[in-house]
Amino acid sequence: MRHSTRIAVGPVQFRIGSDWAEPIAALEHLYAGYPQDDTRPAEATVRLFAARPWRRWLRPSVHIGGDFVVPDALPLPLSMGLLAAEMGMNLQVALGWRRHMLLHASAVAQGGRALIMSGESGSGKSTLAALLGEKEGGGDWRLMGDEFTLIDPAGGDAFAFPRAVSLKNEAIAEVAARVDPSRLGPLLAATPKGDIRHLIPRADAIAAMHEPARPALLLFPRFGGEVAVEPMGEGEAFVRLTEASTNYVALGEAGFAALTRLVRETPAFTISYPDSAAGIALVEQIWAEAAK
Amino acid sequence: MADRTYRAAPADALRVEPLGELTAIFDRRSMQTHLVVSPMPEILDAMGAEACNATGLAARLAAAFDLDATEDAQPILAERLRELAAMGLVERA
Repeated sequence: MRHSTRIAVGPVQFRIGSDWAEPIAALEHLYAGYPQDDTRPAEATVRLFAARPWRRWLRPSVHIGGDFVVPDALPLPLSMGLLAAEMGMNLQVALGWRRHMLLHASAVAQGGRALIMSGESGSGKSTLAALLGEKEGGGDWRLMGDEFTLIDPAGGDAFAFPRAVSLKNEAIAEVAARVDPSRLGPLLAATPKGDIRHLIPRADAIAAMHEPARPALLLFPRFGGEVAVEPMGEGEAFVRLTEASTNYVALGEAGFAALTRLVRETPAFTISYPDSAAGIALVEQIWAEAAK
Repeated sequence: MADRTYRAAPADALRVEPLGELTAIFDRRSMQTHLVVSPMPEILDAMGAEACNATGLAARLAAAFDLDATEDAQPILAERLRELAAMGLVERA
């Protein structure tokens, strides 16, 4: 790889290599405020490589590679190099990480206690976490991550994975209105996932990224419809979280023990909300009333 | 249909965790997680280490739960035993 960089997000040290300079420069901008420790060995490797050597010059197209490769991963045009790097980082963590149970969930923390939100793409879990993490005055939330939450199988604590937040479509304007423009990456328009713009988490969230938080509330948000809250039983929460975990099966009994403990010790609810403001208000109300 | 005899998985092979209405069972031999509802956990409990058929199981459950043993329990339990066998949680003795 002609260009490369190292990025530490939570406990994961990435090495990212690219045939082109642009994606590396974009990553170095987004992750400039993250702690650097180049002496640590890399735990996950992402390579952005040219499909054919000559394509680098003729019709540049980024392929994602690394320790694990999805055979049908879409080649993305070079302008999407940043998105390709993000997808590659997610992929390596989702498939390769074994030290924690990995939940496809966003999380924010307050006073050492974590609110974990799990849901499909489009549920609003990323936007809710990003907005809570930017909330001024009232709340004092620390963004732990918009995509993955790590659970320590031994102790049950949640650990942060605060990669740059991937804002999509309507969420871009909503968040851009509240933050300093220097914390936003370039607009990636019309990607296979829609419009995307990255948000650099607040400096205090990055500085605290190694601090564990005790899971205190599990929410399964659904964007759209009237405001509604339904308590979720332990069994259903267990099933939903096995589906949301990328490495549950690989962890074997340790994953089973971690997940049964999490759903037993943490109150869980599904929530519906029509817009972000209603969602934030609902989340804070449930946190005040039901969080452990 | 013949009343087949089954043996439950050895106690140390399974990790059984009740989660409200569901019970999660981790099978250490296959590394698989099974989610079951009543009466599966009760059946596994009642079988213990001894092999038994549906008739014997009906008697054990009747004794354990203070029920009257009835004839129509036998075909239902035979079906549940076949399902547990398909999951690998009991096997033909």
